Amino acid sequence: MKAVLLIDFGSTYTKVTAVDVDEGKLLGTSASYTTVATDINEGLHNALALLEKETGPLDFAETYACSSAAGGLRIVTSGLVPNLTAEAAKRASLGAGGKVLRVYSYQLTEDDAEEIRQINPEIMLLCGGTDGGNSECIINNAKIVAAIPENFPVVLAGNRAAARTCETILRESGKDVYVCPNVMPQFNQLNIDPVQKIIRDIFLKRIVQAKGLSQAQSLIDDIMMPTPAAVLKAAELLAKGTENTKGWGELMIVDVGGATTDVYTITDGHPSKPGAVLKGLPEPYAKRTVEGDIGMRYSAHGIVEDAGIARVCELSGLSEEKVEEILELISTHTDTLPNTDEVRRFDYALASLAIEIAVTRHAGTIEEVFTPMGLIYSQVGKDLTKLNCVIATGGSIIHTTNTKDIVSHAMFSPRTPNSLKPLNAEIYIDRSYILASMGLLSEHYPDVALNIMKKELIHGD
Amino acid sequence: MDKKTMILGVIGSDVHAVGNQILYRAFTDAGFNVVNLGVMVSQEEFIEAAVEANADVIVVSSLYGHGELDCRGLREKCDEAGLKNILLYVGGNIVVGKQPFDEVEKRFKDMGYDRVFGPGTPPETTIECLREDLKLN
Repeated sequence: MKAVLLIDFGSTYTKVTAVDVDEGKLLGTSASYTTVATDINEGLHNALALLEKETGPLDFAETYACSSAAGGLRIVTSGLVPNLTAEAAKRASLGAGGKVLRVYSYQLTEDDAEEIRQINPEIMLLCGGTDGGNSECIINNAKIVAAIPENFPVVLAGNRAAARTCETILRESGKDVYVCPNVMPQFNQLNIDPVQKIIRDIFLKRIVQAKGLSQAQSLIDDIMMPTPAAVLKAAELLAKGTENTKGWGELMIVDVGGATTDVYTITDGHPSKPGAVLKGLPEPYAKRTVEGDIGMRYSAHGIVEDAGIARVCELSGLSEEKVEEILELISTHTDTLPNTDEVRRFDYALASLAIEIAVTRHAGTIEEVFTPMGLIYSQVGKDLTKLNCVIATGGSIIHTTNTKDIVSHAMFSPRTPNSLKPLNAEIYIDRSYILASMGLLSEHYPDVALNIMKKELIHGD
Repeated sequence: MDKKTMILGVIGSDVHAVGNQILYRAFTDAGFNVVNLGVMVSQEEFIEAAVEANADVIVVSSLYGHGELDCRGLREKCDEAGLKNILLYVGGNIVVGKQPFDEVEKRFKDMGYDRVFGPGTPPETTIECLREDLKLN
């Protein structure tokens, strides 16, 4: 037996997963509260003690970790046009596993500078202009950012003709500068991989230390990536497979958390309707979106606001007064567990709507356009109608009993016929909460990670 | 000398893709850096592309007769977006029915277009105008 330990330092829980890579099987999982304020090792030791109660003493040959502790990887981005380079910058940061706190477009102002100073991000990503295109904007923005006294690293991924000028301006202010190829080298062409690689390097170099994670480093071979990046890796592996084993094909993962809901899709999302015209920015094959206002506790208000209280009542079977009462309770006491029948029904409605809203925002849309030449379809974003499977994860839903019902809200609905959500995908549930760990494991043992996922993700029947 | 950058597209709900491809090829072969937005392009898309790419000229095609409605206001929006003095060209079957071309030309010039081309204009004519207006000769 060769045991490998995978650790996910989450904002609330430190989750550990033990795998036997010789046998290719899961040994056990456990979780304990994250202790980033004191010593992060405490939480880790507690989780390990729980794990070994289940598995017996283990001697780990290798240990890998990912982290979203202490607020995740906090990124501020700026670009030129909101729909173009500003959007490209946002997508690059989200795909790298970042928490995007603010997206600026056009010229930054003095007020924006003050706001950025207060946010004090861990990475500032400056974009704008295609190669050979507009350079005024990014040079202006570099000057504004250079004048901010806080010392955060800046990643430059805009017009290459302006890169050197911006680099000089920022270096003179004493900031660390990383120059990357443009996120949008030509109009409507995305190039986000190099930026994501740099973001991950910075994460390893600077942020692991700053977040008190380095205390744990003696135990760990490598803190490799932010947790969402690990989940995205797992998703890609599961979709594509390895040289030896076939994957599941195009898929979606929905992660419903207390504060946010993340959606990941692995598909090019090209139109399935014949003759549809594709509009807007090209979509990354592996795409992550984060809904900051959709979550089961801290962001419960956001769900009710978006869906309307009537739908919460309809799905939960509770009266309007009751819904308001429970909403108040859970958003002030975010550690409320679904211990009563009413809270369970309420949580069922919340989780269903969180998935419905987050997937609707992630999915592309199709519109009928009547032209003098007849009916034309115009598609924006990813067509997800042909996806093979939808996988649900996240502490707040993997323990529910009617999970399949909840997750079925990710599917196409006649309520929103223009939203290109999956038509008849299979539903799977990540009951043992292993996706992030398997993303980590896939760096060194892709076949083992793939087989464990195929075994441990439960078909939602 | 640096290549001049052009934004090319068919405006409105127009899906005439063939002419668009021919123009794209002709302008590229003539040495322009062409950002082709294809068919069904809104005024906003033309402008956003021109801002990002720092374009020298926007070439708008319209073939389905609704050009007059689709093209109105583009100059004003360019001004608003800071694209001062960008060249605006328009061409194709840009109005309904058969109207005298000099009237049509005047109407579109009043809307702020620098050059107006009628049906059947060969790309060479437009390229000549571009060279003249962008002082490439």
